[in-house]
Amino acid sequence: MDCARTGREGRVIKFLVIGFVRILTGVRARWAGAEPSARQRIYFANHTSNLDAVVIWAALPGMLRASTRPVAAQDYWTKGVTRPYLARHVFNAVLIERKNITVKNNPLTPMLAALDAGSSLIIFPEGGRMANGEPGVFKSGIFHLASKRPEVEFVPVWIDNVNRVLPKGEILPVPMLGSVTIGTPLTLAEGEAKDEFLARARAAVCQLGGITG
Amino acid sequence: MNLDQDLMWLGAGVGGVLVFASVVGAILAMRVKSEAGRATVANLNARTRAWWVMALVFATALAGGRMGVVVLFGLLSFLALREFVTLTPTRRGDHRALFWAFFVITPAQYYFVGTGWYGMSAIFIPVYAFLFLPVRAVLAGDCEHFLERTAKVQWALMACVYSLSYVPALMSLPIAGYEGKNAKLIVYLVVVVQMSDVLQYVWGKTLGRHKIAPLVSPSKTWAGFIGGVLSASALGAGLWWATPFSPWQSGAISLALTLAGFGGGLVMSAIKRDCGLKDFGALIEGHGGVMDRMDSLCFSAPVFFHVVRYFFT
Repeated sequence: MDCARTGREGRVIKFLVIGFVRILTGVRARWAGAEPSARQRIYFANHTSNLDAVVIWAALPGMLRASTRPVAAQDYWTKGVTRPYLARHVFNAVLIERKNITVKNNPLTPMLAALDAGSSLIIFPEGGRMANGEPGVFKSGIFHLASKRPEVEFVPVWIDNVNRVLPKGEILPVPMLGSVTIGTPLTLAEGEAKDEFLARARAAVCQLGGITG
Repeated sequence: MNLDQDLMWLGAGVGGVLVFASVVGAILAMRVKSEAGRATVANLNARTRAWWVMALVFATALAGGRMGVVVLFGLLSFLALREFVTLTPTRRGDHRALFWAFFVITPAQYYFVGTGWYGMSAIFIPVYAFLFLPVRAVLAGDCEHFLERTAKVQWALMACVYSLSYVPALMSLPIAGYEGKNAKLIVYLVVVVQMSDVLQYVWGKTLGRHKIAPLVSPSKTWAGFIGGVLSASALGAGLWWATPFSPWQSGAISLALTLAGFGGGLVMSAIKRDCGLKDFGALIEGHGGVMDRMDSLCFSAPVFFHVVRYFFT
């Protein structure tokens, strides 16, 4: 009974959140190197705004959205009443620890569990938001995911202009057209070194954004 | 809505033109063989399809009376402002001012228009908003390019909100002997201005050789301009029966509208070039963004309103 209620409520709120994101950003996914597919994937993107994960999630076609879970910071999404509700019932986020990492709360564990349950993921390999333009150095998490689950496709995503919708430190968003460009999937090559893979993954994101570097 | 017979005729006329355009487009699609020709015809047909949708949305709004028109143009202003602000580079310090522009000033302007409070709707943006916004922005403490940034936000509001809101404002002009018929003025304005764009396109594509402003807009030619302006003014004169004007007055007003509209198109093109883009957006298939379709209306709506208000009320 209670479960059915939250289910319906969740669907309504999901619909409202997607509508709100569309009104704010007019965002539509541009598939510039891959077709939408139900294959298990990890979408990895540049990170400039707190809205990024929601924007990618909302831009995906409904079928894929249901099986794609954004990976987000535990400390941010467990505060207050609204954020935990949204994280759990609307985005179905995978929450990970990003500060005091120990063996027990290794951020890879919940991500691998979600993958093993059949979900696709949305991740931001830079770890934090970059204020302007160029993506920062990728942290090693994406490499570990790739070496532990080599069959999963890694899909680069470039998010543009969403940082102007909600800049760091602001609470109220401003409408601004943004875009989500989805590139050609890549997988870990046989025997590819960590730094090589990280640089290749970052270059794939940069290339979608027209940045050479 | 009062089912005014003139309004029905205007609607039937628009429908007839669209049927004609669709038939011509279908014939051209079968006949044209060259690569470049095909692309032009495909774009033409996409534009016609979009015109059908726009005409239906517009008719639905008119059926809703003053409220319907206010809501439609309020939404168009929102979409246009979103496009405009996206194109113009703003800085972090403008964020709060932009929030006010979108969520307070725009709705307030349409509220004043909706209640028919002319004294307020005519000055709210050029006086109060234009003084308030730089104050809000300066509180963020960023002086870099301050004058430029202020001008950008003000221009965005001027073009996308203030000017466009003159269209629904026509609903509350008190014209003696024309009470309850103001919806026809809106149809007249929109038909003349948009047909001027269409006719300029048609004349330009068929006879256009010499470009008017090659650095600003490669598609605007002298033949398109003269042919479009004159034929749209003639069309406007021929629609006098739907207005409080005489045929000559109607022709003269239409001439003013088409000239203002042409100017608006050029100015908006220059803004797009300045930002290094061809279109404001991609919302309307074949046309570009909302602002690509509304650019001429932005300049002609305020002129139309004030001409009618000065001479006919």
